[in-house]
Amino acid sequence: MAQALLQPAGAIAPAVPTLQPATGSPCDLKVEGLCKSFGREKNVLSGVSFSVGRREAVALIGSNGAGKSTALRCALRLIEPEAGSVLLFGEDISAARQYQLRRVRAEVGFVFQKHNLVPRVSALTNVIHGNLGRNGGLRGWSQLLASAGLRERAMACLERVGLADHAMKRADQLSGGQSQRVAIARALMQQPRMIVADEPVASLDPVAGQEVMDLFHQLTREEGITLLFTSHNVQQALDYSDRILAIRQGEVVLDEDSRVLSAADLGHHYG
Amino acid sequence: MPDRFERPGVLHFTAYVALIAFVIWSFQGAGFSFSALVSGGPALTDFLSRAWPPSLDRLPQLSKALVETFQMALAGTIIGIVLSLPLAILAAKGLTRQTMVSRPIYTAARLLIALFRTVPDLVWALIFVIAVGLGPFAGTLAIAVDTIGFCGRFFAESMEDVEKGPSEALTAAGAGRLDTIFCAVVPAAMPSFITTSLFALEKATRSSVVLGLVGAGGIGIELKVAMDFFDYQLAMTIILMIFVLVLCVERLGTLARSRILEGSSQ
Repeated sequence: MAQALLQPAGAIAPAVPTLQPATGSPCDLKVEGLCKSFGREKNVLSGVSFSVGRREAVALIGSNGAGKSTALRCALRLIEPEAGSVLLFGEDISAARQYQLRRVRAEVGFVFQKHNLVPRVSALTNVIHGNLGRNGGLRGWSQLLASAGLRERAMACLERVGLADHAMKRADQLSGGQSQRVAIARALMQQPRMIVADEPVASLDPVAGQEVMDLFHQLTREEGITLLFTSHNVQQALDYSDRILAIRQGEVVLDEDSRVLSAADLGHHYG
Repeated sequence: MPDRFERPGVLHFTAYVALIAFVIWSFQGAGFSFSALVSGGPALTDFLSRAWPPSLDRLPQLSKALVETFQMALAGTIIGIVLSLPLAILAAKGLTRQTMVSRPIYTAARLLIALFRTVPDLVWALIFVIAVGLGPFAGTLAIAVDTIGFCGRFFAESMEDVEKGPSEALTAAGAGRLDTIFCAVVPAAMPSFITTSLFALEKATRSSVVLGLVGAGGIGIELKVAMDFFDYQLAMTIILMIFVLVLCVERLGTLARSRILEGSSQ
């Protein structure tokens, strides 16, 4: 398990206990009937329903503006959906209060297309920020204030993504690929049960993109972390997922096992 | 060939004429007079000739007053910066959740900053002289309030302008609002905070000279006394000392800005 691998000897255990999955719930994420519109733009999401099973890798594909990113954000209520329900690790978060949301979000590592690192602080501090969901407060604000245990855990996460030697480098001095790997290390610091990645390789060159996707593959296969990612690269979606969802004009139009699909099958979803 | 200028419509033409009339009216109200300016030339020359060379008789006492002026400026600025940060957080749009409770707090914070900014520091000095008596403490408080108005506004605006991505990432990781502000928003706005703070110190140094004129400590009172007693040579010494102090603070501010903004990571 990721928790076991990332917990060095002597590290401080998280104060907030991890959520236990609801008995009989086979899904880490289940969304039903999500609807969202922005101003005059009609129905970005019109009743989106899908689920992501435990330890499953699911790719969400679709053309620009299809509603992929909005669906991911609505699933974590980073954007409030107008209708629909979300079950995260068996908990209904549709009407959850902020403190409840924070507790559940701490279990999900969100990786963004533009990595969204805090620019003027070190890679190590950025990774330490990943622990804020479990233990907020001064200790988690900077590597200067963090406890030895927290720093050790953050270093283990950076080591996991191959950037331990860049720990003290400022985030705005890292390359695109390095930044994305630091963002993944930040997500790992959360000891997540699930990683949600919104076009994680869209702004990277092919080599860096491949490295990042390989890292996701390792995390899902070796450490049992559930993965939901969006992509414009059909072949990448096929190679790195167990199941593919296609979204078009705010509706899920395909939900199929990746092994029975080909690139040709998916091409027309970008029409 | 197109016309060089578009011919204005009647409404625009009337507006232009009204604007010019308004400017002329303002100059008249300000008592602007070329003849007074020309006739004042000899008096200015007379002042300069009587003020030169500067008198060095009271240099030790004046140096002490100058140091006090700078101390007032520095202490007032630091107090102002520290107090303006929480106020700016409350007054920054989109930083705090919009609820029934937070909305009036946001409005109150903005109004308070506007009040501190719009009332001149000299007026604050007069109020604090009444409150805490003559001396540098009144000046320090006046500078602190003025700095809150200045920094509060710019701190709030710079926090509103930072890229939202890092905040969204920390929110998605389950971080609380205060953690998100101090981990994502404040570091991103830090270059602007540093620049604003150093400008505030420069501004406070200039202000602290004037505040002495109303009894709020520093070298200003020495200047007023020298002018009232027609001791222009002493007045010239004081003016030159103020010039050197303000220049030094500005130069150091510029140097500190460039050094800190290059800065190391946390």
